[in-house]
Amino acid sequence: MGLYSEKIRNITDKSCEHLFEFAEQDEEQAEKIGYSNYSYWRSTWNSFLKNKVAVFFLILLITLVLFVLIQPFLPNQKSPTEIYLDPETGYQARNVAPNEEFWFGTNSIGQDLWARIWAGTRTSLFIGVVVAVVEVIVGITIGALWGYSRKLEGAFTHAYNVVENIPTTIVLIIMSLILRPSITTIIIAMCITGWVEMARFIRNQIVILRDREYNLASRTLGTPSHRIILKNLLPYLISIIMLRMSLAIPYAIGAEVFLTYIGLGLPVSEPSLGNLINEGRVLMMSPDLRYQLLFPSIVLSVITISFYIIGNAFADAADPKNHV
Amino acid sequence: MLAYIGKRLLQSIITLFIIITVVFLLLRLLPEEGYLGAAADKMTPEQQEIYLTNLGLRDPIIVQLGNFYLDLLQGDLGKSITYRTDVPVVEIIADKVMYSLMFGVAAIVLALLVGVPLGILMAQFKGRWIDSLGTGYIVFIVAVPSMVYFLLIQVYISDFFNLPLLFDENKPITWLLPLISLALGPIAFYAMWMRRYMVDELNKDYIKLARAKGVKERTIMFQHVMRNAFIPLAQFLPATILLTITGSIYVESLYSIPGMGGLLVDAIQRQDNPIVQALVLLFSSLGIIGLFLGDVLMALIDPRIKFGKGESVR
Repeated sequence: MGLYSEKIRNITDKSCEHLFEFAEQDEEQAEKIGYSNYSYWRSTWNSFLKNKVAVFFLILLITLVLFVLIQPFLPNQKSPTEIYLDPETGYQARNVAPNEEFWFGTNSIGQDLWARIWAGTRTSLFIGVVVAVVEVIVGITIGALWGYSRKLEGAFTHAYNVVENIPTTIVLIIMSLILRPSITTIIIAMCITGWVEMARFIRNQIVILRDREYNLASRTLGTPSHRIILKNLLPYLISIIMLRMSLAIPYAIGAEVFLTYIGLGLPVSEPSLGNLINEGRVLMMSPDLRYQLLFPSIVLSVITISFYIIGNAFADAADPKNHV
Repeated sequence: MLAYIGKRLLQSIITLFIIITVVFLLLRLLPEEGYLGAAADKMTPEQQEIYLTNLGLRDPIIVQLGNFYLDLLQGDLGKSITYRTDVPVVEIIADKVMYSLMFGVAAIVLALLVGVPLGILMAQFKGRWIDSLGTGYIVFIVAVPSMVYFLLIQVYISDFFNLPLLFDENKPITWLLPLISLALGPIAFYAMWMRRYMVDELNKDYIKLARAKGVKERTIMFQHVMRNAFIPLAQFLPATILLTITGSIYVESLYSIPGMGGLLVDAIQRQDNPIVQALVLLFSSLGIIGLFLGDVLMALIDPRIKFGKGESVR
């Protein structure tokens, strides 16, 4: 007798059919479980939206940039370089306080400050964006080589120690002394100093990542180095790269202000935020004319702070560790 | 230990040598009017040529470099041309260094006294109003070019408290605004760094253990967290102090403090090449010397540092 007694068999009989019946495969359910709609950029965007302060500054910055771009085509705009005359006296309309005609007043030779500020913002933003892009491209290329190649590491590190110890301000000064001031010169001077930090940053991150297991596995499978750098390492660094890039813009604007201050900036005919602040500085002793310092300062602060906050918030959001 | 210091010293000297050479060669690219001074307009091109030859500027570059190093070893950095005609550059610099050094060191002390406690407070009240306030301050100082808030401070604060606009050695009240301006940046830096450090450190296991065994909060703070916090600080402090010699170009020229920052701008605007050269070389070497001292100091105070291991990039 044993196991298969009548009683037990009765029980199994009842469930037997049930037990070995094939379950129907539900395609729809399988799809639901297997499919993940995780998208890196959508998650990044969703986490970014949670930071209300950053969203506020993003909207502010986009509005400002759009306005700056379309401002010359709006009706009733004055030229940023034309010197306006006072209709009653026929002389230049110097230092006119803000009024209906000149919304932000005029400067010491009778140019319209409103138009000059937006033209200056365009110049400064242009310099900032170009410098940031060049910095990122050069910085990533050199940083990746420096961090990934063991042969080049020593040479790069020595070169870095030399370049890093020459103060940035001095390189800027020397560069603008040797080359004559213009937008191109300023951009070149800033790129020469700017990529170093970026390269070091990328290098340090790559050194940390390059020997992780997934890269070891990749290398063992015979993945070529350039593919490892481009597909395995750099996507990991996207948040840091975006952060550095958004910080490079305020830095470049600040450097332009500095160069203008020490007399190596753009010619006055080319309005930039650095120029405007410097013009305002000269007149700041008389309280009535301080609007010429205050207006460009406010615009400059809004732009730099926006970039800083957006950059930081985006770097947090782009970090996959913060995606849930 | 001594071997480590010796090795670092040798490395620093080599780096210093390369930097000085590179900067010297770069400065050869400066416009040559900078050597002629006010007399340039009166000279014919031939006379200018003779003048420059007498200065040694027509020698092969390698000879110029050799002569430069010989002079440098004797402490001779050439003579000023337009700034204070024929006064040795070394003398001019010696007059100015004290102002920059005093303001710089005072600003660092002020920044440490304000910034470190601010950072600790922000970490302890993380997410509360004091943290937001501090973060707002840091964002403003880091993001906005310092020129803007230096100017606003000079214009509006001096107006508000009725302070004199410019620096006057004999009136201590005029030292205040430049000092505060100089300290604003470092305060933000120390506060940001201290806050991040505290937040990281307080989550570490050894702190949890100390709490679990009932060590008082105060003891944890001062005996464990703070002591460790000062190690990285010690590494950078020598360089930070040395670099104050360079002075602040903005603050010194805004308040007309007769310091080093203003000197560089003056020398550039008056095209006085020997001064520009001496200053650039001086400033470039300070960082290397500071870094060396910092490493030595760090090796002395932190027993965990292993000697003889290859140095890494910070």
